[in-house]
Amino acid sequence: MEERDFEKIERSAAARRRLKSAVTYLLLALWALMVLFPFYWMILSSVKSYSAYNSEYIPAFITLSPTLQNYFDAFTAVPLGRYFLNTALFTLLTTGIMLVVVIPAAYAFARLEFKGKNAVFALFLSLMMIPNELVIITNFVTITDLGLRNSFPGLILPSVMSVFYIYLLKENFEQVPDELYKAAKVDGTSDFGYLVKVMLPICRPTVVTIIILKVIECWNSYVWPRLITDDSAYFLVSNGIQEIRENGFGRENIPAMMAAVVVISVPLIILFLVFHRKIMEGVSRGGTKG
Amino acid sequence: MKGKNLKSWLYLLPAVIFLACFMVYPLVDVVVYSLEEGYNSASQTYTGVGIYNFSYVLRDPYFLQAVKNTLILVVITVPLSTGLALLISVGLSSIKKLRELFQTVYFLPYVTNTLAVGLVFMILFKKTAYTDGLVNLMISWFGGQGVDFIDGPYWAKMFVLCFYTLWIVMPFKILILTSALASVNKNYYDAAKLDAATPWRIFTRITLPMISPSVFYLIITGFIGAFKAYSDAVALFGVNLNAAGMNTIVGYVYDMLYGNSGGYPSYASAAALILFAIVFTITCINLTVSRDHVYY
Amino acid sequence: MKVVLKNLTKIFPNRNKKIHSDVIAVSDFDFEIPDGKLIGLLGPSGCGKSTVLNLISGLETPTKGRILFGDDDVTDLPPENRGVGLVFQNYALYPHMTVRQNIMFPLQNLKGDKKPSKEEMERRVLEAAKLVQIDHLMDRKPSEMSGGQQQRVAIARALVKMPAVLLLDEPLSNLDARLRLQTREELRRIQRETGITTIFVTHDQEEAMSISDMIVVMETGVMQQMGAPQTVYDDPVNLFVAKFLGTPPINVFAGEVKGETLYLGGTAVLSVPGAPDGAVTVGVRPEGFILDETGPFEGALSRVEVMGRDTSVIFTHPQCVSGDIRAIISAENRVDESKPAVRFSLKPHKTHLFAADTGERVRFKDR
Repeated sequence: MEERDFEKIERSAAARRRLKSAVTYLLLALWALMVLFPFYWMILSSVKSYSAYNSEYIPAFITLSPTLQNYFDAFTAVPLGRYFLNTALFTLLTTGIMLVVVIPAAYAFARLEFKGKNAVFALFLSLMMIPNELVIITNFVTITDLGLRNSFPGLILPSVMSVFYIYLLKENFEQVPDELYKAAKVDGTSDFGYLVKVMLPICRPTVVTIIILKVIECWNSYVWPRLITDDSAYFLVSNGIQEIRENGFGRENIPAMMAAVVVISVPLIILFLVFHRKIMEGVSRGGTKG
Repeated sequence: MKGKNLKSWLYLLPAVIFLACFMVYPLVDVVVYSLEEGYNSASQTYTGVGIYNFSYVLRDPYFLQAVKNTLILVVITVPLSTGLALLISVGLSSIKKLRELFQTVYFLPYVTNTLAVGLVFMILFKKTAYTDGLVNLMISWFGGQGVDFIDGPYWAKMFVLCFYTLWIVMPFKILILTSALASVNKNYYDAAKLDAATPWRIFTRITLPMISPSVFYLIITGFIGAFKAYSDAVALFGVNLNAAGMNTIVGYVYDMLYGNSGGYPSYASAAALILFAIVFTITCINLTVSRDHVYY
Repeated sequence: MKVVLKNLTKIFPNRNKKIHSDVIAVSDFDFEIPDGKLIGLLGPSGCGKSTVLNLISGLETPTKGRILFGDDDVTDLPPENRGVGLVFQNYALYPHMTVRQNIMFPLQNLKGDKKPSKEEMERRVLEAAKLVQIDHLMDRKPSEMSGGQQQRVAIARALVKMPAVLLLDEPLSNLDARLRLQTREELRRIQRETGITTIFVTHDQEEAMSISDMIVVMETGVMQQMGAPQTVYDDPVNLFVAKFLGTPPINVFAGEVKGETLYLGGTAVLSVPGAPDGAVTVGVRPEGFILDETGPFEGALSRVEVMGRDTSVIFTHPQCVSGDIRAIISAENRVDESKPAVRFSLKPHKTHLFAADTGERVRFKDR
């Protein structure tokens, strides 16, 4: 009797385990499909020819005659290449200036002693809570008044600062042992030399994380560029895609539109696939979105 | 010592300049704007000081529509995304094979351009003269009636907006929750298992309390993020959100500032401050509630 | 309840791609734990002790072999159905629950008619808490308690459901030295009072010897010897057990048996009737030396440590392979520290011979 009871428990436990794991995988696969399907659809649509796409009343899940014509159109019919260059330049400059501003500030907070340090740092921290929407109005007016609309300085300057990155970097800088600083001082290194030769190499992972996060932010930024540019010569990809949607290829050339979407998405996806561990780690430490 | 102080400030100078110009000054200025009545952006003059801007915004039907849309979006997507992310993360942490692959795939939407992928969602859901679109095709497989989700009835548009928002915000939540789950010491689960706790009891009595700080963090940031919804709506419905009846509060602010309906920084400032007040209140409520429920 | 392990084997598949063999954590374990005894599972860290506990508790499934509780084969039974109590090394107290809630948790998980009434639960929780003397701390959270108190809560939580077997994983290792002594007495008392078959894992031989009814010595997944602590100490089956048990440790020499006599570096030191000729490893317990002006064993005196009750004589010998030799003699004997040499004779029953190659015990008639 006892024996049979045991067998029953064992059997049902094993069955439950199997069922549970099957359901888990099914659920996870379902969500993976949900995530990946839009990507598949955009690539699929981008290689269908214009006529093929528009003749499909019922959309086809595969295409037998893929074409790259749409990609050609995307670069010729609208200035996609220009949007691309603009975005690359914007991303590069914004990230570069951000580093020049953020690193010394984090270093000052982490390593240097000066009057009012704590008060200033508290002020910085409290600025972290200020939503962008609140300051963007005045920035818009300021940049307009300065005559910087439709210019790179106008695009870049208000996008540079991220108080959070100062905080992140400062925390990391503080973990570098004091002894190194003292040793460097004894060896006759200046503060700046110490920052460049010792601190930055040690804290490289955090610096890389910050760079990646900022690059993602810049590449996808939409609101500020939209407010500050109405000359398509200064459009970034997000505005470009919106422009294409509103009056690009004519509303119906969906395949060309999708080709543009693929082209815009690819750089970040490649960046992600290469650095996915680093990016995910960085975001879980400090990114926010949504 | 004096020289040292000076040098430190030199290191801080760039950051201070940027913050002063683009954060502190605007912060003061936005309040000033919001109180200047009848501000004319061309002549930069105003007629008086008062709270007229706020009362105008609060009576503006477009603003009320935007508040309604935003509230619906918040109420639907925040609980849904948090719950779904919890479910997926728990599933994710219970498997070994393919785990890393799933994690990587799930994170993809985070690095995509909201505007660009929004277009894909638009064509998936849109119904035109030439095609019903893929989603409607699927609906018809199950015998349902097709509907234009982009230019159709309000509920359909709201559905797409919520759906797309969900798709966009899930990666971050899944990431945070999986790392929270991974940091729970395995001993607690072993102990509970030995004590014959059912999986459900382990989840509610052990797992949830252990990761409650992360869950509340996600709820708080989720509220803040959802209240600031804008670009996902633009991606789906185009820049003229008022015409589509799908504007959000942030969208209203920008519309007041710029574009065909723009040129009213005072109204924009008032609306932005109202938004900030709402978000601030809700965050405070969230923090109070979480203090009672988070054991750390 | 008696616990029987039959040919128990656990092999962990290898994750490290550089090494190709799998890890054998437990190899062919075969023993029977009598009902109601306190068993110490002893071995150096990483020898698979904890794996044995996890196998008994059901948290791991064996690669081979069976586990029996009484007459029931529980090998394939999931942990929640085994009715074992396990005290984790870090206690694994749920940090968000009070002491009362922690102890009550296992009871609340019981189902159907096994689930006690509210009052019954309260009563049993209090009973368990009284047993480990923490009934005055019921509303504290684990973070508000000392390590020793947390340990008691963990034991109470394991005991409250009246487990068939109680398992303790390094129960004393997170306590400071004073508390460790006190807690191990406590463990002994609780085990006596409840009569629950208890297995605890430790790397500290003193701990195991002092309170166990029986100890099991293991090394790299293989059981070396099992028996009452004194028996295992007095009669080790191999060099590993001899070296592992005893503080100060046994002194080890390279020696040779010729014609039933033990030679150390050419000097005959002990008659070993019945031992075969050949190279041997010799182990002499510190208490196995007798100070003897005419003794056959001569060492170069290093120093003398007076402890009061007894005296340690530290000396060296060219054949010794374990560094300095320590002999413990009664404090009544006076050692002349001015002389460079010191002479001893050896107690036969404190001198063990092991085969030089395998380390297996070589027996001789010691009387």
